Amino acid sequence: MAQSKLWTATPEWAVYAVGLVPAVDLFVRAFSNALGADPLRVLENGLGEWALRFLIAGLAVTPLLRFARINLVKYRRALGLIAFIYVVLHLLTYLALDKQFFWGEIGKDIIKRPYITIGMVAFLMLVPLAVTSNRYSIRKLGSAGWRKLHRLVYPAVLAGAIHYLLLVKAWPPEPIIYLLIVLVLLGVRRIKPARCVRAAA
Amino acid sequence: MPVYRYPAPPASEITPKSAILNRRAFMAGAAGLALGGSALSSSAEVMKLKTVPSAFSTDEKPNSLDDISGYCNFYEFGTGKGDPAEYAGKLTTRPWTIEVGGLVNNPGVIDIEDLLTDYTLEDRIYRLRCVEAWSMVVPWVGIPLASIIDKFELQGSAKYVAFETLVRPSEMWAQDAGYRVLPWPYVEGLRLDEAMHPLTILAVGLHGEVLPNQNGAPVRLVVPWKYGFKSIKSIVKISFTEEEPPATWNIQNPREYGFYSNVNPTVDHPRWSQASERRIGGGLFAKRVETQMFNGYGDQVASLYDGMDLKKLF
Ligand code: HEM
Repeated sequence: MAQSKLWTATPEWAVYAVGLVPAVDLFVRAFSNALGADPLRVLENGLGEWALRFLIAGLAVTPLLRFARINLVKYRRALGLIAFIYVVLHLLTYLALDKQFFWGEIGKDIIKRPYITIGMVAFLMLVPLAVTSNRYSIRKLGSAGWRKLHRLVYPAVLAGAIHYLLLVKAWPPEPIIYLLIVLVLLGVRRIKPARCVRAAA
Repeated sequence: MPVYRYPAPPASEITPKSAILNRRAFMAGAAGLALGGSALSSSAEVMKLKTVPSAFSTDEKPNSLDDISGYCNFYEFGTGKGDPAEYAGKLTTRPWTIEVGGLVNNPGVIDIEDLLTDYTLEDRIYRLRCVEAWSMVVPWVGIPLASIIDKFELQGSAKYVAFETLVRPSEMWAQDAGYRVLPWPYVEGLRLDEAMHPLTILAVGLHGEVLPNQNGAPVRLVVPWKYGFKSIKSIVKISFTEEEPPATWNIQNPREYGFYSNVNPTVDHPRWSQASERRIGGGLFAKRVETQMFNGYGDQVASLYDGMDLKKLF
């Protein structure tokens, strides 16, 4: 397969190292009061946005292989787990710094606010995926079962993108663009492969 | 009525701000004078306004000028909180007039320079509660709207006041962004008794200086007991009507934003709680504070709404 050495030579840990740079940057600036007038919002939104970006990156792996013959399958687990780390940090920021553990308000938010409900649903769908992102689980669940379970990522990413769209006022372009990207990445999966690239399905 | 035109003369033709301000305001020291003398370098920092204190001010600690001018919503310049600070520098605020019409016997225009010179400018330190559940304390400089309205001689049938923001896509990029964030012009309205209430002001400055462009220069409404978006910015038109005038966010989404939009912790935004707010300026660990009915101005304004069901007329 025609592909650049760089793609295969980069070790997985390097993806984690680079992927977590924005998180470190956000937290360092948040704690050193360098995120402007409303550091909480910038931190919370920043973590949410990076979560969505990494989920999208993970979602792009298969189409890239199928349509551009770029093989990043080796890094898909890292992309997914980095995304999950961002989701967890995003959720913790919400619980601890935004709502400051006012459980009453948090409970009401989760039940009554569609964008929080949907965010929470996305988070809950991602938990089993993160937990089973290891060789042991693949063996235990069997390849087919594992793959079936991990299809949960599709509704999870979609929910993440809708969550973003639901929390903005008016119609700023960013959440719409993210949602469109997600829809395209999900949509192209329905295109039947010309040749059989089963491993990537 | 002639079409309202927004003249955009070359910089050289605009009255130097120093000349405007010399009439009533004073320069803060020689350094200020030197800078102010260079006229149009939009050096708003040096333009101290002459003000008197007001009994309506809160004694809470005002937010810094950096917070107030760096963190705001002004969708004509983009939807990000930092966008106005980044892009509003382009806005030319002189010459500037407000056209006043509708149900008045004496329609006319208000020139911003007359506003600055013919009225006593008051320091009004008000809480500002954004519909997005954050808040600040802003030391506005302004003039009670009632004292400005009076000279236009309202007709008996006037029941509402309609306001309109400038439309000038060449300087307000989001008005011509290729996608429609909001319908332009931004419009807002008040019931006449709300507009005439002594807390309601037209603001021309903050922190003792002329308004930064991003905060609605050169003149904006401030209604402290309503969510921030009611306090329309960069006003070019005021008219008096018999019917309830349109309001931009209400048009955009009537389920979420009512005409009144009084701060009310018991009526949640359909998508988020309005029970508490985050006070900007307290850093990452700022404690949430409980939102007060009418943003804490209930003693002064609650009677305006006697007998009204504020859960329905939110
Ligand atoms: C897959 C899971 C999730 C993704 C991908 C995600 C993504 C995002 C994104 C992209 C934003 C907006 C960023 C911006 O405005 O620039 C955001 C904001 C936010 N998210 Fe999430 N999110 C997720 C889960 C959650 C969960 C579980 C909660 C809480 C229970 C939550 C609460 C929030 C809040 C409170 C905001 C900020 C709202 C505001 O600015 O007022 N999110 N999220």
